[in-house]
Amino acid sequence: MKVSLKWLEQYVDIALSPAELADKLTMAGTEVKGWEVIGGDWENVVVGQILAINPHPNADRLTLPTVDLGTEQQTVVCGAPNLKVGDKVAFARVGARLIDGHSGKAIKLEPAKIRGVASTGMVCSEKELGISDSHQGIMVLAAEAQVGTPLADFMGDVIFDLDVTPNRPDCLSVIGIAREVAALTGQKVRLPDISYDETGAPIERQISIDITAPDLCPRYSASLITGVKIAPSPHWLQQRLLAGGMRPINNVVDVTNFVMLEYGEPLHAFDYNHVKGQKIIVRRAEEGEVLVTLDGAKRPLSPDMLVIADSERAVAVAGVMGGADSEMTGQTTAIVLEAANFNPASIYHTGSRLNLTSEARMRFERGISPELTIPALRRATKLIIELADGKAAKGIVDVYPGKREPEPILLSKGELKRLLGVEFSLEQIKTALISLGFDCQAAKWASEVKAIAPYWRSDISLVEDLIEEVARVIGYDRIPVTMPGGEVPRQNPAPIIGFKQEVRRDLAGYGFYEVITYSLTSLDLMNKLLPQPHPLEPEPLRVLRPMSTEQEYLRPSLRANLLAALEANRRHEEGGIRLFELGRVYVRRPNDLPDEPEMLCGLLAGPRFGESWHGGDEPIDFFDAKGVVEGLLNHLGVEADFKPADDESLNPAKQAAIVVGGKKLGVVGELHHKVAEAFDLSEKAYLFELNLTELLPFTMEHKLFQPISRFPAVVRDIALVVDAGVTHHQVTDIITGFPLVTRVALFDLYTGGKLPAGKKSLAYRITFQSPSKTLTDEAANQVQKKIIDKLSKELGATLRG
Amino acid sequence: MLKQLKELKSSALKELEAVSQAKDLEAWRVRYLGKKSQLTNILRGLAKLPIEERKQVGALANQIKSGLEENLEQKSQLLKQAKIAAVGEGIDITLPGRPFPTGRLHPLTQTVTEICDIFVSMGFQVVEGPEVEWDYYNFEALNITRHHPARDSMATLWVDAESENGQRNMLLRTHTTAVDTRVMEQMPPPIRVVMPGKVYRYEASDVTHVPMFHQIDGLAVDKNITMADLKGTLYEFARRFFGEDRKVRFRCDYFPFVEPGVEMAIECLVCGGTGCRLCGNSGWIEVLGAGMTHPRVLERSGIDPREYTSFAFGMGIDRLPMLRYGIDDIRLLYGSDLRFLRQF
Ligand SMILES: [Zn+2]
Repeated sequence: MKVSLKWLEQYVDIALSPAELADKLTMAGTEVKGWEVIGGDWENVVVGQILAINPHPNADRLTLPTVDLGTEQQTVVCGAPNLKVGDKVAFARVGARLIDGHSGKAIKLEPAKIRGVASTGMVCSEKELGISDSHQGIMVLAAEAQVGTPLADFMGDVIFDLDVTPNRPDCLSVIGIAREVAALTGQKVRLPDISYDETGAPIERQISIDITAPDLCPRYSASLITGVKIAPSPHWLQQRLLAGGMRPINNVVDVTNFVMLEYGEPLHAFDYNHVKGQKIIVRRAEEGEVLVTLDGAKRPLSPDMLVIADSERAVAVAGVMGGADSEMTGQTTAIVLEAANFNPASIYHTGSRLNLTSEARMRFERGISPELTIPALRRATKLIIELADGKAAKGIVDVYPGKREPEPILLSKGELKRLLGVEFSLEQIKTALISLGFDCQAAKWASEVKAIAPYWRSDISLVEDLIEEVARVIGYDRIPVTMPGGEVPRQNPAPIIGFKQEVRRDLAGYGFYEVITYSLTSLDLMNKLLPQPHPLEPEPLRVLRPMSTEQEYLRPSLRANLLAALEANRRHEEGGIRLFELGRVYVRRPNDLPDEPEMLCGLLAGPRFGESWHGGDEPIDFFDAKGVVEGLLNHLGVEADFKPADDESLNPAKQAAIVVGGKKLGVVGELHHKVAEAFDLSEKAYLFELNLTELLPFTMEHKLFQPISRFPAVVRDIALVVDAGVTHHQVTDIITGFPLVTRVALFDLYTGGKLPAGKKSLAYRITFQSPSKTLTDEAANQVQKKIIDKLSKELGATLRG
Repeated sequence: MLKQLKELKSSALKELEAVSQAKDLEAWRVRYLGKKSQLTNILRGLAKLPIEERKQVGALANQIKSGLEENLEQKSQLLKQAKIAAVGEGIDITLPGRPFPTGRLHPLTQTVTEICDIFVSMGFQVVEGPEVEWDYYNFEALNITRHHPARDSMATLWVDAESENGQRNMLLRTHTTAVDTRVMEQMPPPIRVVMPGKVYRYEASDVTHVPMFHQIDGLAVDKNITMADLKGTLYEFARRFFGEDRKVRFRCDYFPFVEPGVEMAIECLVCGGTGCRLCGNSGWIEVLGAGMTHPRVLERSGIDPREYTSFAFGMGIDRLPMLRYGIDDIRLLYGSDLRFLRQF
């Protein structure tokens, strides 16, 4: 909200600089985002009055106005067409800092000779004073401007830009801010006089009010003013509205807006002659009812919306916007002035359903006090009588079904200390509360105070609210700095948290860069993972109103984003790329929140090591990807089997399921060439994926120490020839099934050459060791023979010569 | 005397240039830096000079001496390397090593870890909650009723799935504060937890906005938790994360789930408090919102506010590495660009 310092000063004395005031308000909860000084550089600019205008002897377009400056008169050269004798103007003396009307640059006014006539001063346009961009003509000041006063005194101001928190609708008003300033600076607030003569006929004879939905309208007050003359409002009023960011319209509307800015109570003026049946009914809208609002839009209404109606039809959407039918016109002579209070939730829903925002809605939906209606109504009525020549009816109609007595709140010193950790004396507490307008009464105990919130503080209902009030007035900086005492709570962190961190560090150690991508993704991107298009199963979760199709679905896997990241990086990276992401995917569950397993996905592509004088620029292959998975699982203490898999996004011939404890927990393989093409990749890329949530329990198995054998090991190499279809895993399964075998390592794989077609050679180094004795060659030979026998019997293996 | 020194220096350097063997180097050292060298003699004779001259000559002589010593050391290294490289089995140790791929953790991961470590050392425990959440935990339980203006400031992304009663009240959590109630429902006090994670808003991307970002919330519940403890905890965090000398400000602010409410700001990292574009000329940068947990929030979670008090805080994480490293576009954090990721 924008608040003018000059306006504020009408209600409270302010001795602080703008910066000091901004700091006080900010620290106490109303943030001052900035302020603008108007007229801060208007030195040597004073109010003048045009006494005479003579023609310039040498130029038709120029004139020579003589200006009365109080102390002296000056005749200068002027080019503007709009000057009239008697006008009050802003006169810049030599030395004034102005903005050049044509170039827009800052200048310092010098004596000049214009077309042969000396000019030692200037009458100014708005642009030259930096008020606006208008350079059409000279700025004409309001008649009340005093000749000779510095312009800064007449028009200068500081406009503060405040960020009012949603709990403080009272601060959406100048008086509300004045109350804050008063409390924070030890001053008193001066409220405007709201008394006026009620010279008209009694109001009850002219209008009646009926609230049929008291749950949505706790209070409705109205006054009636006859004989008004609609006209533009005076300069000072327009000035206030402009400073508050509102456009002046006419004297009556401007008064309602002015009082809203002043008191924070939205008001609405109806043309009395358009209110049919001399009756105002506050009711729920009827099914199918339609209202054309002030902005000209046709609004379909529904029974959960509150309207203001006359005996025939709705004339306004309560608290949100008035109707076009009952709007005041230049011909309006009598008005009904409404000051009401509406249920915040109802206003919120009506406003958002109709997609209408307004200054009134903003205040009502934050919950302003119903007590505000009368002072605001009286203030506005008084101003309308003064500014529009009206006559106020005798009395005010005030229907107040929602009246509630304010509840006193008991606050003890101890309670305050319990929450803030600092002890304030009862005197300090009372002083703070009283400064904010609270009524403080003695309580049963001497250490307590009974406080009743002032009517405008609709946000106060709990003792905690009172404590905040005390703390912010005394100052948060008076709260000491301590550490929580008591015992440190028992720590039982979920193992997944440390586990994720360990996996991340491992992957970074293997040369992978971690990426974090958006969990929201597009159908297009997900479809790129499918070589044959088909609907996704299970159907990914969708956002109801997505911002764009790019961010429409909750990702069911990390793959698509990671591949997109590879694609993007390939545009500027030539070497090997290793990326991983660790994060959640989202899997639909019936009638419940989705499952959010923690997944790991890694991607490798390009040369293994990149250009080096050592070589090593062969391309990464399947076994690089598998090696990473093996290394990770090995480090985590998990044994995995790699089994044939049928992941559609991967090359059917080069992929393996990662199986742990009989459960498929992931996959590793080469990207399907069609998927690679879809991501614009012209190289082979390798991917691995692991469900960490499911892997976690396998990493937590209890480990038992294995005694280290003191006896020497015997190492034997065997070279086998087997059918090409026999797997390494089949061979090692057999070998490790024998006693005394402690280690088997494949050290050579060989095909072609002298081997017959369809055969391959595998060479293994087998380590035999006994935990209890030195193994003889004989014993090792025996086992080795049995191994070879079994390999030959079950796999058809022969020893290579 | 000064001229003499300068000549000495240039001839010494010229001779050093010509040295090609270790034994010649030793001879050079004796000649120019040894006990009987001209330079040593000059330094010894300083005491006999008049005070003014003594100062000038002494300074120059010492400067030349340390300069020559440095040159000697460099030359000696060069001779050693050349000797090794020249022998058959020797290696040129300046050749690049066998490459080993390097990887890095994402700057956000590093930041979250750093923050969590600080709070863990203060007795907090790391807890995580679901990212797809019920309206209840994200809003209702935190006093953010259906018509609360705070809902508008947190533009929500709703999910198309239905709950058991057929309502669509599932959303992408808008803040990690959504985990608070879950923690209080599950853990008996005393509680000290921090809750990092991803949060989502209906927000178009630009240099300061993205639809998904990171937050961390904190919560402490105990019999005697006070606002002074909140201040102490957050000041300690700020001291360790932003540095010893960084000024911290604690001001009143409003959040529906705390009372009293607090905003903590640090002195601007760019202007140091004088005001600049980054801090909107205020000199301060808001880093987190906090306060004493609202009694109704405690009650709803089954904690008696007459028995226990509690503080809570929440902060955005993405801004922290941005401030620390001077990153000017938040989208870089989610862009997966290796040229960016390699820098942290
Ligand atoms: Zn700054």
